[in-house]
Amino acid sequence: MALIELKEVAHAYVARPGGPEDYALKRLDMVWQDGAAYALLGPSGCGKTTTLNIISGLIRPSEGRVLIDHRDVTALAPRDRNVAQVFQFPVIYDTMTVFDNLAFPLRNRKVDRNEIRSRVHEVAEMLELTADLKRRASGLTADVKQKISLGRGLVRKDVAAILFDEPLTVIDPHLKWLLRRKLKQIHQQFSTTLIYVTHDQNEALTFADQVVIMDEGEVLQTGSPRELFENPRHIFVGYFIGSPGMNLMPCRIDGNAAIVEGAPIALGEGIAERGRAAGGELVLGIRPEFLRLKPSAEQGNVPVSVLLAENLGDFKIVTVSLGKLTLKVKVPEDQEVPGEWAYLNFPPEWTKVYADGRLVE
Amino acid sequence: MSLKLENVTTTVGGETHIDNISLELSPGTLHVLIGPTLAGKTSLMRLMAGLDKPSTGRVLVDGEDVTGVSVRLRSVAMVYQQFINYPSFTVYDNIASSLRLTRLSNHEIDLKVREVAITMRIDPLLDRRPAELSGGQQQRTAIARALVKDARLLLLDEPLANLDYKLREELRVELQELFKRRETIVVYATTEPSEALMLGGAAVVLDEGRKLQSGPTLEVFQNPASVAVANIFSDPPMNMIDGEIVDGEARLGEDIRLPLDGHLGQLSPGPYRFGVRAGHLSVVSSPGHEFRFGATVDFAEVSGSETFIHIRHGGAAWVVQEQGVHSFDLDQPIDVFLDAARLFVFADSGRLVAAPAPAGGGTPR
Amino acid sequence: MPVLVIVALSTIIPLMMVVNTSVQDIFGPGNRVFVGTEWFEEVLSDRRLHDALRRQLTFSGLVLLIEIPLGVAIALAMPKRGWGVSVSLVVLALPLVIPWNVIGTIWILFTRPDIGLLGVLVNGLGIQFDHTAAPLDAWVTVMLMEVWHWTPLVALLAYAGLRAIPDAYYQAARIDGASAWAVFRHIQLPKMRGVLMIAVLLRFMDSFLIYAEPFVLTGGGPGDSTTFLSTYLVKLAVGQSAPGPAAAFSLIYFLIVLGICLVFYRALQNVGTGDKR
Repeated sequence: MALIELKEVAHAYVARPGGPEDYALKRLDMVWQDGAAYALLGPSGCGKTTTLNIISGLIRPSEGRVLIDHRDVTALAPRDRNVAQVFQFPVIYDTMTVFDNLAFPLRNRKVDRNEIRSRVHEVAEMLELTADLKRRASGLTADVKQKISLGRGLVRKDVAAILFDEPLTVIDPHLKWLLRRKLKQIHQQFSTTLIYVTHDQNEALTFADQVVIMDEGEVLQTGSPRELFENPRHIFVGYFIGSPGMNLMPCRIDGNAAIVEGAPIALGEGIAERGRAAGGELVLGIRPEFLRLKPSAEQGNVPVSVLLAENLGDFKIVTVSLGKLTLKVKVPEDQEVPGEWAYLNFPPEWTKVYADGRLVE
Repeated sequence: MSLKLENVTTTVGGETHIDNISLELSPGTLHVLIGPTLAGKTSLMRLMAGLDKPSTGRVLVDGEDVTGVSVRLRSVAMVYQQFINYPSFTVYDNIASSLRLTRLSNHEIDLKVREVAITMRIDPLLDRRPAELSGGQQQRTAIARALVKDARLLLLDEPLANLDYKLREELRVELQELFKRRETIVVYATTEPSEALMLGGAAVVLDEGRKLQSGPTLEVFQNPASVAVANIFSDPPMNMIDGEIVDGEARLGEDIRLPLDGHLGQLSPGPYRFGVRAGHLSVVSSPGHEFRFGATVDFAEVSGSETFIHIRHGGAAWVVQEQGVHSFDLDQPIDVFLDAARLFVFADSGRLVAAPAPAGGGTPR
Repeated sequence: MPVLVIVALSTIIPLMMVVNTSVQDIFGPGNRVFVGTEWFEEVLSDRRLHDALRRQLTFSGLVLLIEIPLGVAIALAMPKRGWGVSVSLVVLALPLVIPWNVIGTIWILFTRPDIGLLGVLVNGLGIQFDHTAAPLDAWVTVMLMEVWHWTPLVALLAYAGLRAIPDAYYQAARIDGASAWAVFRHIQLPKMRGVLMIAVLLRFMDSFLIYAEPFVLTGGGPGDSTTFLSTYLVKLAVGQSAPGPAAAFSLIYFLIVLGICLVFYRALQNVGTGDKR
């Protein structure tokens, strides 16, 4: 358990970086609180794995320092850092039994035999691996192998943080739920700092207390899953979180409303003036979950034509067109969908305005 | 072209990979093969393509027996999970490669390649090599290569599995558009229920080499023929509990008692397994969700617009999917509300005996 | 169809001729007597054949014992990326592309006590070294030549095997605090198993059949000390003009090699099915 800090860290994979485009990770400062569960979320190439590897010591950053409990560990090798990492592909030592796999990190550190045995049994029970301890690790399924990888991180008593690099990628959907449950239980039991890298927002949002969204080597927003969902500060965050992502519509401000494809949409208190003041390219954003589909033209509702309604089991996605734009609305499973024409209601508290990509507040 | 598999079985070295499957695929339809890893999806597709010969059974194309006919003589195109392209060819040459084996003139080949490149939105990349492209672009190239052949059978083996979540969403929408416009038989393999539902068409549920159920995708989802199908085709997994019907009521677990109304009415007494989807449980009482039972919270996962609440009831570990954001403490006792009309009932053998009536409205795809 | 014809011409027919010869005593053209298994019996009881076989097995055994670990060690030492990779690959490949009798010739010169680099060096150190005179020296020279010639093949195969190991394994080992030896024992060696089996099979077969290099170097001498199986076979067939026994012997030789190949083939199959998931 420890406080992890990244101070002015930046990293370029090339030897002599020319400009910002050579940097895989642009300058960032981050603090990872002791015992919290974090997710690093972003598309491929955004720098999340680089950040993770800098924390574990697999990569030495081109610039900046890494501190664990206020101690500068930038020059320390991974084995000296009390950090464990679980990788995307289950890494197990084929020739050894499950027991030996779990004991490996402890044996390398010359821990006493009896202590090894008790730690391994403790961890195996936590992960429901006790029955498999005597078996050879190579013949087991992917999810069991990942549990073993996780177990190797947990056996070390002094582990400050456990880092996960897209660990559920090769696991089937059904087993993913069980493993996620396991991870949550481990978090509650051990209160170790957990940092989880993924491109899958479902994994990130369900796992973490705080989610860090990255794109192109930069951190765009850090917040709880709820904050990121309800109040995305950047267009990218609006687009990236949510399935489907936020509906984004170019607009202009007229009076106290935004005009999208000629239709006026009421905005929240003061947003209109601040939007006008901010200037730049204005975009209106609202999540499909918050748009309301109405059958009739009540006050302020915008007429749209219904293109498609998809029944996805637990809910429906209705695709509508407003002028040249295509928007998506998420409706509950039982709601009747109008045939050709409908009206959209934009609740002002969920309607966001972005100027040059940034939220107007 | 119509494709028919008659009682095909494939055994390799003592292991049965495909166990007596019969399937009929009609032209212009999309078929989704859904099942866990190693269920036999890839093996089945290889049989359809002609890459493998079944140990027993026949493969018929347009009524003619083509079992054993080499894949080169059949009209097949395949897209794989790993982006497979010729590494030394440019994107243009990659797409043109299969056309070069036909008798088309260079001019005609050029037209077709450019047309497909525009459809897959890779026309600005025609001069690059696969190593210079991102994952999404490489997979688009592989798909373009398959599309340009205009084959009568198009097989896609978990093509989006190696792509980022968001990229998967975008490509899926594009693929849906593409599939609509052709007379080809499209077969798409996936492990994810949400992907299957988004694609629609007809679903074939596979597990351990056996076909468990087939039919229109939404129907299979709403009426899983067995516990196994219910487990494969739901995300989050369906909540199951053992119970019985006795003395005119349904007893689920220790303390849930429900009258035998609606679709539960015609069931005879005996032991059963009851299932209910996470989305049909609620922590809030509302019309329809009237039956209340007590449970303890393990933890809650907030996923932006909804919360997954993991609870314990009796010995069962269940998940409640609730709209909106809710927070709970560990071991907090709560009330959970159940809508009896949404219960699935499975016999001891695992077979479905009663399913809820489908929810109202909306066009199934 | 064309394949069948070619195989027939190049393999089956000559094989049949050999079988034919092995069961006949030929006194002259047109003068043949069927003698059944007489040649086989003679060959199998030939003491000189037993000696040659013993020498051969010792030789092949030593070859494997030296070349496999040495090849693996070289592969471990080779760079993983950068220009060093191409350079080391080319340098390694050089001994493999030289014609085999030329290799023998190179080593004759190399070890001559008067003008050969190695010969002069060793003799200068006070050790009496002459591969044409002493059996031990001849053996050492033949072994050195063989190792120099073929270890690169093992090294290249091992290198290919090593390159196939995903980075994540090494990263996990660093996190687990594994020493270099632990990494070798638990990650690299198990993952190279398939490749090493192939290397062992190839080297055993080749060394069992070896002819050109030792023949050029020592002619089988001094005396009989470096006469291996194939050298002896040629002596029989050509030197002593005894086609019958030679034919019989070559059939036996063929069957031995075939048997060993089958054993290795089985072993390889089992290694292959080990890693499905």
